[in-house]
Amino acid sequence: MEIFLYIALFAPLVSSLSAALFGAKPKILAVGIWASALLFTSFVSAVILLINVIQTGNVVHVEMMQWISAGDLYIPFGFVVDQVSATMMLVVTLVSTIVHVYSIGYMENDKGFNRFFSYLSAFVFSMMVLVMSDNFAGLFIGWEGVGLCSWLLIGFWYHKESATWAANEAFIMNRIADLGMLLGIFLIYWNVGSIQYDVVFAAASGLEADILMWIGILLFIGAMGKSAQFPLHPWLADAMEGPTPVSALIHAATMVTAGVYLVIRANPIYAEIPDVGYFIASLGAFVAIFAASMALVNRDMKRIIAYSTLSQLGYMFVAAGLGAYWVALFHLMTHAFFKALLFLGAGNVMHAMHDELDPYKMGRLYPVMKGTAILMIVASVALAGIYPLAGFFSKDKILEVAFSGEHYILWGTLWVTAGLTAFYSFRLIMLAFFGEKENYKDHGIHPHEAHKYMLYAMSPLAVLAVIAGFFEHTFVHYVNKLLPSFEFHTHHVEMILIIVTSLMAAGGIAVAVLLYRKGRISEKWEQTFVYKMLINQYWIPHFYDVAFIKPYRELSTIFWKKIDLKIVDATVDGIARTFYATGEKTRNMQSGNLSVNLRWMVAGVMVLLIAVFIPTVWNWAIDVYMTYLSKVK
Amino acid sequence: MITLTHYLVVATIMFAVGLVGVMRRKNLLMLFFATEILLNAVNVALAAISNAYQDLTGQMFAFFIIAIAASEVAVGLGLLIVWYKRKNRLDLDELTTMNG
Repeated sequence: MEIFLYIALFAPLVSSLSAALFGAKPKILAVGIWASALLFTSFVSAVILLINVIQTGNVVHVEMMQWISAGDLYIPFGFVVDQVSATMMLVVTLVSTIVHVYSIGYMENDKGFNRFFSYLSAFVFSMMVLVMSDNFAGLFIGWEGVGLCSWLLIGFWYHKESATWAANEAFIMNRIADLGMLLGIFLIYWNVGSIQYDVVFAAASGLEADILMWIGILLFIGAMGKSAQFPLHPWLADAMEGPTPVSALIHAATMVTAGVYLVIRANPIYAEIPDVGYFIASLGAFVAIFAASMALVNRDMKRIIAYSTLSQLGYMFVAAGLGAYWVALFHLMTHAFFKALLFLGAGNVMHAMHDELDPYKMGRLYPVMKGTAILMIVASVALAGIYPLAGFFSKDKILEVAFSGEHYILWGTLWVTAGLTAFYSFRLIMLAFFGEKENYKDHGIHPHEAHKYMLYAMSPLAVLAVIAGFFEHTFVHYVNKLLPSFEFHTHHVEMILIIVTSLMAAGGIAVAVLLYRKGRISEKWEQTFVYKMLINQYWIPHFYDVAFIKPYRELSTIFWKKIDLKIVDATVDGIARTFYATGEKTRNMQSGNLSVNLRWMVAGVMVLLIAVFIPTVWNWAIDVYMTYLSKVK
Repeated sequence: MITLTHYLVVATIMFAVGLVGVMRRKNLLMLFFATEILLNAVNVALAAISNAYQDLTGQMFAFFIIAIAASEVAVGLGLLIVWYKRKNRLDLDELTTMNG
């Protein structure tokens, strides 16, 4: 089984490096195909490993090589395939294989075709390191690796000012969070003396409550950055500047769920600190409704889906925070399928519309792009949580978890969010594909359906978005060998809950369909305060700009003008000038006259001799003085 | 009785003489003589100290210095003759091709 582990892990790396060889060359179709083939190999290996784990229950654990071994610190490059990481590997490799194939079509006219595949595969490799590592250090390497690749890919079109800005924003916000995570890892090492998962988790219950709480909080700060939880969330919406396949893979299906994965993985720690868990759940519920509300009015197709991702991540954190780790993992998996599908569909629309993302400029695209429309509707229905699609099973379970723990406020928030989710998903669908008017004609755009193979590549995701929910019981059974099981106390009201939630979702869809059946609604609404607040993202980016970015810029200017130019530069220049001046003055010494040179040499010898004698004379003087002192006494 | 101190005083005087010669002489040939005096001042000191401590290392060193001085003079004199043939003089003040 080890061989499959290595194939799954290193095939993306090989793909990335081989694509990088042609990075600066014009498009080579074979690079895309080769990368996709390698990713598919990785996917097949992941499936074999998953089947192995399901059937035998054996965890594959390898130690590839030593990394750091110094004193008591021992960190190997160790990898583990257990129930959790096998699930993550499946999700990551599946979505990334599809995205690779899709990108062959999506990027076909891009100058950076080869470079794109190199970055994309490098991302998959980092993500695999992240989920497969058997210690926190390896996790952190993967964590930073995906951060780097995210930066590279958001800023892929680096000639666009907004893209580079968004890339830097994402990178910097993640750095802030990563500091928290790094401190958490240090704290673990400090108190446990190891950062191997099994050692740490075995020792978790024996640690002091305070320390454990801080570890939990600091690790969660890391998760907040990567999963874009409030207040570190604005980067995710801006990250939509990157190519759409990137948004599908990184900013929907895999990287942003790394924070959830971390909480799930560290469940023995979080199980000991239910207060922190409750905080995580509350923050998750808040983000769920907060992001959903911003998605209600947005006029950028990809941003709507990005806010939806934020909102769904909030759901996952509710489940993880309340101790229902398998539910969180299950929602993570189903969400990856339908959200990636939704993004890829949006990519098709974007291509068709010549990079126009405003749904108000679309309308009645259905007759032109039937395939994409159907796929996106399937994804939206799954996202809204309508039976029998995947979202229904996972999202409903999260609501049940909240209800079961008697957290009625959380439940209520999530329940309302479920309605909002359904509403904004179908608002987008209605605006883009239906309505009365073909607005795109006013803008002189002639949309066309995407390549056939792109639609075929997306179809596995659609199939999974439909059927994944039915594997719930298999999933619970197998994943609970590693994760703690969660006791539901809701058997008496289960059916009522399901009906209430489904009604909410269906209601959301119905309202959206009715409101937007004719396209855009009245523009008066856009003058209201609520609309302005939502479209401006609660003025949070503006607040960050005023509170952090501008003062920082002012401070930097002061430091540059006052300290850098006047002190640092002046010192360095002063040293250089001294050397120049000394050189100018002393070059007369080198007259070339041997006699003069010899005299200088003798002078030098004299100086050295004196230098040798000074300490002797000094000691002798001290001796004399001491004897004098003792005589006086 | 001639003690080590006497030898060392002689060596120091020789060294001082050589040093003055190195600094003052303008004739290249005289400069060579001065260097020889310097070297032999050290030789005297080495041999005397070696004898005082009953350790042959110093005398061995002195032999090496003599050998090296001889070869150095051989090379130096060769160059000196070439120089003399060109310029008909051996004045150091004219030898400033290395002016920086």
